[in-house]
Amino acid sequence: MTATIEAEGLTKRYGKTVALDGLDLVAEQGQVLAVLGPNGAGKTTFVRAVATLLRLDGGTLRVAGHDVRSEPAEVRRQIGLAGQFAAVEPTMTGRENLEMVARLFGQDIATARANTSIVLGQMGLEEAADRLVRTYSGGMRRKLDLGASLVGAPRLLLLDEPTTGLDPRSRLDLWDAIRGLVEGGTDVLLTTQYLDEADHLASNIVIVDHGKAIANGTPAELKRRAGRNVIEAHVRTNDDIPVVARALERLSGGEATVDEATRRVSIGVDGEGDHVATWARMLEDLSASIDDIALRPPKLDEVFLALTGQALEEEPANGQRKRGRSKAPAGAPN
Amino acid sequence: MAATTTTARLSPATQPTTLLASTLVVARRALRKFMRTPQLVVLGTIQGVMFLLIFRYVFGGAIGVRGIDYVNFLVPGFITTGVLFGGMGASIAMAEDMEQGFVDRLRSLPMPRSSVLTGRSVADTLIQAWSTTLMVIVGFAVGFRIHGTVGEAILAYLLLIVFGFAFEWLFLTLGMVAGNAQAAQGMALLVFPFTFISSAFVPVQTLPGVLKVIAEHQPITYMVNAVRALTQGRAAEILLGHPASYWVSRSLLWCVVLVAIFAPLAIGRYRRG
Repeated sequence: MTATIEAEGLTKRYGKTVALDGLDLVAEQGQVLAVLGPNGAGKTTFVRAVATLLRLDGGTLRVAGHDVRSEPAEVRRQIGLAGQFAAVEPTMTGRENLEMVARLFGQDIATARANTSIVLGQMGLEEAADRLVRTYSGGMRRKLDLGASLVGAPRLLLLDEPTTGLDPRSRLDLWDAIRGLVEGGTDVLLTTQYLDEADHLASNIVIVDHGKAIANGTPAELKRRAGRNVIEAHVRTNDDIPVVARALERLSGGEATVDEATRRVSIGVDGEGDHVATWARMLEDLSASIDDIALRPPKLDEVFLALTGQALEEEPANGQRKRGRSKAPAGAPN
Repeated sequence: MAATTTTARLSPATQPTTLLASTLVVARRALRKFMRTPQLVVLGTIQGVMFLLIFRYVFGGAIGVRGIDYVNFLVPGFITTGVLFGGMGASIAMAEDMEQGFVDRLRSLPMPRSSVLTGRSVADTLIQAWSTTLMVIVGFAVGFRIHGTVGEAILAYLLLIVFGFAFEWLFLTLGMVAGNAQAAQGMALLVFPFTFISSAFVPVQTLPGVLKVIAEHQPITYMVNAVRALTQGRAAEILLGHPASYWVSRSLLWCVVLVAIFAPLAIGRYRRG
């Protein structure tokens, strides 16, 4: 079985900036692969390489067995790209946009129309189909953009930060749409800097940092590799935090992490759930009042921290972020 | 969720996209964008009309041209340089398409890559023909008259479309180098000195030293004079010092030069991504 993507030692430099620094990555068929990493890790450069949009300086990259350098036309037949900006035409209707892309995929008019109707249905955009895209919300534009990458019936969808800049509701909505595609059997490569997004959507995750893949596996494997489970206590008042932290530190011998804003104290522990009752009783004996206590697997940001020694960018509270501020516009780094 | 309930299957394309088909699809989108953006259509037209009225009625009285009414001298110059102002729009549109990821999407599709450029230039040439027609009508309204044959006038009109096509490649290159709409707008301002240091609005003989030399040899002058000679007959030939065939052949030569330089540049820049 040919892997959907095989990347070996990819390098790409823009002047002095090293965007890809020997990236290795394999995506098997039937996978949703999330490339997870902070801003500037090389995620977008990698997607652009897979989409045959840039010339690699080194390494080999195959998409469904076709080399991006020697058979770019074959590669383009396999992929559908939804880039970081919703590249839909605001002065055309949703339907016109999709039909245009379908025609450019080489479909005859009847096929293009039929596929467009299917995709509009899949994206839940039937009602808005004949309205100009400039009247669409940001979430609708993203869905249409996703639809445009899909309308050519590609084998592999490339989604570069598909939900960046969306409000939380539109984000969940788009996740649903992506999951629907996956159930339909399309392979997906998506990049994200949101851990929960990778966790929700992907069957496999590659963590990328400074142009290299530093870890990969299923979400569960990665969490396991970061090792220890975490005991987390939710304390009622801030005054009790030091007492609880000291008690937890006595239990495991490490250093407790304190989040004063949410009054949570956590610490990594060895062993499975069998000790949790003992620990809970010990904490109960303290004078502190504790709302709840739980043993949980590590979260992906803890995984990232454990693997890179560096914290991942936290998702802002309102789920919104200025898009592409630190990014060069498409094509600019040349 | 609606997204998860679908059962219909998408059918893939059965044959590769031809250059002609994809060129037409890309051109159609560019034309739709133009026609559905009223500020482009209306503002562009108003701006053109305003310039013409200012030159015709404000400066016109002070500019004397030997043997020919100023309006008949002005309108060919005005319409020809209008091709450049239209080109500014093409440059900005190209930059916008790069900036907003549209070009990336097209480049990732299994279609001939050059159709992004060929489609654009087909659309821009049609847009150019439309605005040229509009300006011809306004020209007639302010007193412009033909003093040659109808055949020559039609030839002049066709020449204008060829000029537009030739300059398109220059503007596509500018748009891609700029990379975003604002920068493209800035670069396109270079059109102004190019336009005014020519025979478009005043006889080149009236320009001082160096400017006169530049004006006499730059492509706009040949193009303007070709249109003038074709539409104004004998009087224009006397004024311009050469028959129409001289100006037409040289202006076409300039078109060849422009395309020969800028088409490869545009395509090369586009390929690099």
